Amino acid sequence: MIKNVAIALLCAGASLAFAESPSDVLRASMVGKNQATLDRIEQDDVQAFCSKPRAERGDLETMNAVRERAMAGVEYPADGAYLGDWVSGGEIANNGRGLQYSDNPADPNGGNCYACHQLDPREMAYGTLGPSLTNYGARGQSDVVVQYTWTKLWNTHAYNTCSHMPRFGAQGILTEQQLKDVMAYLLDPNSPVNQPMAAAN
Amino acid sequence: MRMALIKSFTVTMSVLAAVIVQAQEGIFDEYREMMGDDNPAVFVIDEGEEYWFAPAGPKKATLAQCDLGLGPGVVEGAYAYLPRYFEDAGRVMDLEARLEFCMIELQGRSREDIHAKPYSLRGDQGTEMEALAAFIVDQSSAIAVSPSQDRPEERAMYALGEELFYYRAGPHDFSCATCHGQAGMRIRLQALANLDSHEGAADAYTSWPAYRISEGIVRTMGWRMRDCLRQQRFPELVMGSPASVALQTYLAVNAAGAELAAPGLKR
Repeated sequence: MIKNVAIALLCAGASLAFAESPSDVLRASMVGKNQATLDRIEQDDVQAFCSKPRAERGDLETMNAVRERAMAGVEYPADGAYLGDWVSGGEIANNGRGLQYSDNPADPNGGNCYACHQLDPREMAYGTLGPSLTNYGARGQSDVVVQYTWTKLWNTHAYNTCSHMPRFGAQGILTEQQLKDVMAYLLDPNSPVNQPMAAAN
Repeated sequence: MRMALIKSFTVTMSVLAAVIVQAQEGIFDEYREMMGDDNPAVFVIDEGEEYWFAPAGPKKATLAQCDLGLGPGVVEGAYAYLPRYFEDAGRVMDLEARLEFCMIELQGRSREDIHAKPYSLRGDQGTEMEALAAFIVDQSSAIAVSPSQDRPEERAMYALGEELFYYRAGPHDFSCATCHGQAGMRIRLQALANLDSHEGAADAYTSWPAYRISEGIVRTMGWRMRDCLRQQRFPELVMGSPASVALQTYLAVNAAGAELAAPGLKR
């Protein structure tokens, strides 16, 4: 009983200090700058669900609903062509700019794949937050592989809910053509991603 | 003379930095060891002390009587106990919020004046806020991080900081935890600390504010928060704002017990 009162008092103290939600606090703590406007603080269903520490994320029903909505929202290329130009795809994979308030909105956005993934085995400056994608093209170009890869780029939560990866298609980070170019960088046998080290030497 | 020294240092450092980026992470730690006490931040620390004792603002007053939490004018050890609740302000403050409070109360300066340019741009001279931060944190060198969690306001600030740490938003869905929620990972070649662990938070928190070799200036902890959020594609974080205080409280409490070694030396 005493313990419950103490907890109630503690909670009252906490809520007195911060009655506002995290989004209210962020709104009061930030200023919109260039393209990074204050509306970016508001969360959609994926962001709200995935903003909990992993240990507290136990609601399978909500998770399945998030995943199903992600899958249902994927848009496939209207012309049925999934693979663009791997040279351009490599530039997109290397470009870490885009959508920051310090970026010029007239420039194309990057995919920044190398921040988290190994791709071309000759590029040493790769991050490790995501799995290595070196020799990704070994999976071939069956419809299943191509559609899976497109979906993963468009909205990663369709397969791996609460993945750290951005939703490059669903959030409009990359254009359809840019996505096709990244697809080619991953899947084209001539892409450096799929060329062993010795081949270039 | 001082500027010439800093300039030549900066050029040397930039060349070294370029070499370092090519190499593996461990080399930078060795380099830092080798540098020992030769952190160019020493110049900025001196400059910060000059600012502390220089009359400024409409009241032509100094900051020498500013109460950083251990009593008016006590600088030694004060940084180690921040962020903390201040009775006179009625809220939890980090260093930058507290300095702003003192500049307004003691020197009569306006909020607009203080927020006009608290952090320098790339390639700039450092700002007053950066110099003051370097001076003040240096006075807590080798003291254990000890942020107070006695008051409900301070505990609420920690809880808020934790929520903000995991808060995903923006076009890229990034939170702090996207990059700083696991140990042993890196972005490109940059090693990332797991900031929700004591070890990771201690490494990071005890080395900020820090001299950034690539920029040739001292950066504050508030700037570090703002610049991470910029890369998260969020709007601009206001210096000393509740979100800035909350995130720093989260880091400080996670780092509690570790000895401060700032200003640090960063890439």
